[in-house]
Amino acid sequence: MAGRGTPELAEAAAAGGADLIEIGFPFSDPLADGPVVRRAAEQALADGMRTAECLRCLSDVRERVSVPLVPMTYSSLLEAYGWERFAADARAAGATSLIVADLPIDVHPELERIHLVAPTSTDERIALAAESTDGWLYLVTVAGTTGARTELSPALAPLVARTRALTDTPLYAGFGISTPEQAAGAAELADGVVVGSAALLAAEVGPAALERFVAQLRAALV
Amino acid sequence: MTATAYGAYGGRYVPETLIPALDELARGWEEATVDSAYRAELDALGAHYVGRPSPLYETERFTPPGRRIVLKREDLNHTGAHKINNALGQILLASRLGKRRIVAETGAGQHGVATATVCARFGLECVVYMGAEDMRRQHPNVERMRLLGAEVRAVEFGTKTLKEATSEAIRDWIANVETTYYLIGSCVGPAPYPSIVRELQAVIGREARAQMLEAYDRLPDAVVACVGGGSNAIGLFAGFLDDAEVRLVGVEAAGAASLGTGRAAVLHGARSSVLADEDGQVLDAHSISAGLDYPGVGPEHAALRDSGRAEYVTATDEEALAAFHLLAETEGILPALEPAHALARALDLDAELILVGLSGRGDKDLAEVLEH
Repeated sequence: MAGRGTPELAEAAAAGGADLIEIGFPFSDPLADGPVVRRAAEQALADGMRTAECLRCLSDVRERVSVPLVPMTYSSLLEAYGWERFAADARAAGATSLIVADLPIDVHPELERIHLVAPTSTDERIALAAESTDGWLYLVTVAGTTGARTELSPALAPLVARTRALTDTPLYAGFGISTPEQAAGAAELADGVVVGSAALLAAEVGPAALERFVAQLRAALV
Repeated sequence: MTATAYGAYGGRYVPETLIPALDELARGWEEATVDSAYRAELDALGAHYVGRPSPLYETERFTPPGRRIVLKREDLNHTGAHKINNALGQILLASRLGKRRIVAETGAGQHGVATATVCARFGLECVVYMGAEDMRRQHPNVERMRLLGAEVRAVEFGTKTLKEATSEAIRDWIANVETTYYLIGSCVGPAPYPSIVRELQAVIGREARAQMLEAYDRLPDAVVACVGGGSNAIGLFAGFLDDAEVRLVGVEAAGAASLGTGRAAVLHGARSSVLADEDGQVLDAHSISAGLDYPGVGPEHAALRDSGRAEYVTATDEEALAAFHLLAETEGILPALEPAHALARALDLDAELILVGLSGRGDKDLAEVLEH
């Protein structure tokens, strides 16, 4: 989540072995997020992290790390800022791509972004998502919101199988993955693993804790 | 299915997870609307379970000099508000789709009670999300829902009102989408919900138009209804949209004027006029009336405002309370605080024959009114 400490945290995540960093631009009513991300967003907004501040934060992070950076946010921010202007300014600030959690594949198709597909998605929509996604596809492992689950979702394997049959695009799995064991399990199926809520909890402790956490994930994936 | 139904407003701004469910809903709704059996069952339940048609009643002592005010008495419906019209129509739709678990949000508790009622009637599991602040100020409705067998889940974060309750209901739906039907309470949310709710509430306007012609041999000069999410207003307006000479007046709470002071933003799955800051962050609404205490509004209202077909004004908490007391003392009718806003503006509206949507009864608001 974008905030004052984000540049240091991003450095720590990269040092721990993160290949890509998602940075949340907070929204007041995040429908796709569970309690951890929601609380972090509330705190960020209380700290004054509006779109302009988030873009500055992104640019500060860009100066410190070389891994791809992907803002993750909600439609209302782009609606207010201007869809094209948001995409352009995010790129200028160092974003590699963009994730908009409440923007289905066929709405604002002109906006280059990473698409999400879910266990509920039809083959038709997965194909559409694969065709237009920006670099990789985000596989939502569960029907549900972000946040830790006790076990890796059994829906991931069939979703990967269905998606692989339709595209060669890299597949990164996320939502509900919080432990090195779950990450290892997901990585056996997908090409990458996205960890959000659990990383936020580690980041709340500090950069050193985040680096250790990411390093554990990294080690589990080797 | 991505085209927005209401000009630049509406649409589907939801996680991809929900798209197949919305497609299924849209197909199910299209099939239901052309199925005479669906229509017949809904009409029969309306007549025998709800008590439709609801009567028109012209006020005697409430009326200011030189005007006539006619009330469309949705407060006399079973469960005490217009919400039951929508809940019944959607529960029949949920049954057609084979869903056995129902989730809903509620603000004033009227939609929660209506949903709990139809779930009891059809033997379905019912979970209602309600802000903790609303549970406090609408306590009788919480007890009512529990007696009807519903589980009421308190939403303890954010403003603890309808906005957060709606978000939580949608999150529950995302997590249980295969088995669960989301029974939304107003003409908001992602398509096709706004048009489903509008069609199910349009019975108010259809009846009222025919009743006006029957009783007065003319249409009203103005039709006035309160607007929170806007379902009772859109249902009443629907009967008169094609009658260009009839003024349509929506009354928002002054501290929750999504149409009056809002801007284009995305909330709860649709683009509409929303109380939001310049960065698109949704602001808190403030109203004595839990049912109007919502920073968004149905997309069709935003389109009607822009086209000029409907006008939207506000009433303050104090004006609504004064109208509440006046109707109680002059007509022997306790209105809900939501339509009390419409009554307040009807009193000073420059029109001769005024039709007001009395969307619900005031029993639920007694504690709130006595506190003020």
